[in-house]
Amino acid sequence: MTENNEEKTALILLGCPQVPVQTSMALYLLHSLKQQGIRPVIAGTTAARKLMEVADPGRYYVSEMTDLDDAIDAITGKERDFDLCFVFIHNDSGIAYAGTMAYISKARLYALLFGEHAEDLAGEIEFPCEVVAAKAVHNPMPLKRRLDEVMQQWAAVSKQ
Amino acid sequence: MGGCLEAMKPEIILSQSSFKEAREYIKKNVREYHEVEPGYKIFDVHIIGVPPLYIGVEGEHLIFPYTKPCHGTFVVKVPGGEEIARLRARKK
Repeated sequence: MTENNEEKTALILLGCPQVPVQTSMALYLLHSLKQQGIRPVIAGTTAARKLMEVADPGRYYVSEMTDLDDAIDAITGKERDFDLCFVFIHNDSGIAYAGTMAYISKARLYALLFGEHAEDLAGEIEFPCEVVAAKAVHNPMPLKRRLDEVMQQWAAVSKQ
Repeated sequence: MGGCLEAMKPEIILSQSSFKEAREYIKKNVREYHEVEPGYKIFDVHIIGVPPLYIGVEGEHLIFPYTKPCHGTFVVKVPGGEEIARLRARKK
């Protein structure tokens, strides 16, 4: 939920960083959100967060980061919520985390599916969210194009 | 694995399964099971997945799904302690 009346917030939930495009796309998403005045908070495994830290040593894009369990604690404990939530998904655990966010958070949920089995995984989603899926493993461009389409639609709606 | 849960040396009943497989295992193999909401915290871990999610009780032990971002969902069995009473006391 928006934490003050001015600034919207987005939770970016990173999965296991074994698929190369995740870190690149997460940085790109941070850039897009900041351009729209949305404050991003990253939640992820230790390795996923370290990859972000090392890729952005000047902290141009990465600001607040938190542990996955701490983020879930804050939302279930009603201490905090977000306007938007983007969940990076390339395996069944990613679907499970996105399903959890759909249940516990009031945020508008985006499921970003990538990796070898992105389309199959998209078929597993049975909860309300916007699906952004592309078979992208090493080359982020298919997922970037899909995300650009969604962000443009979202920006247009926000301006109305 | 959560530090507290890890210290309890859980018995791993199913490893690297899907959260749906974990759900089905508990439903089919544990006589007493309770539905919990996603994000329900047990010891130091959250139950992750899409409803319905179940936690089983077998004697003095709890059997529940534990999801790791990189390795899928495990079904683990640990001594339940006070968590059993907390689980049973929940409103249905």
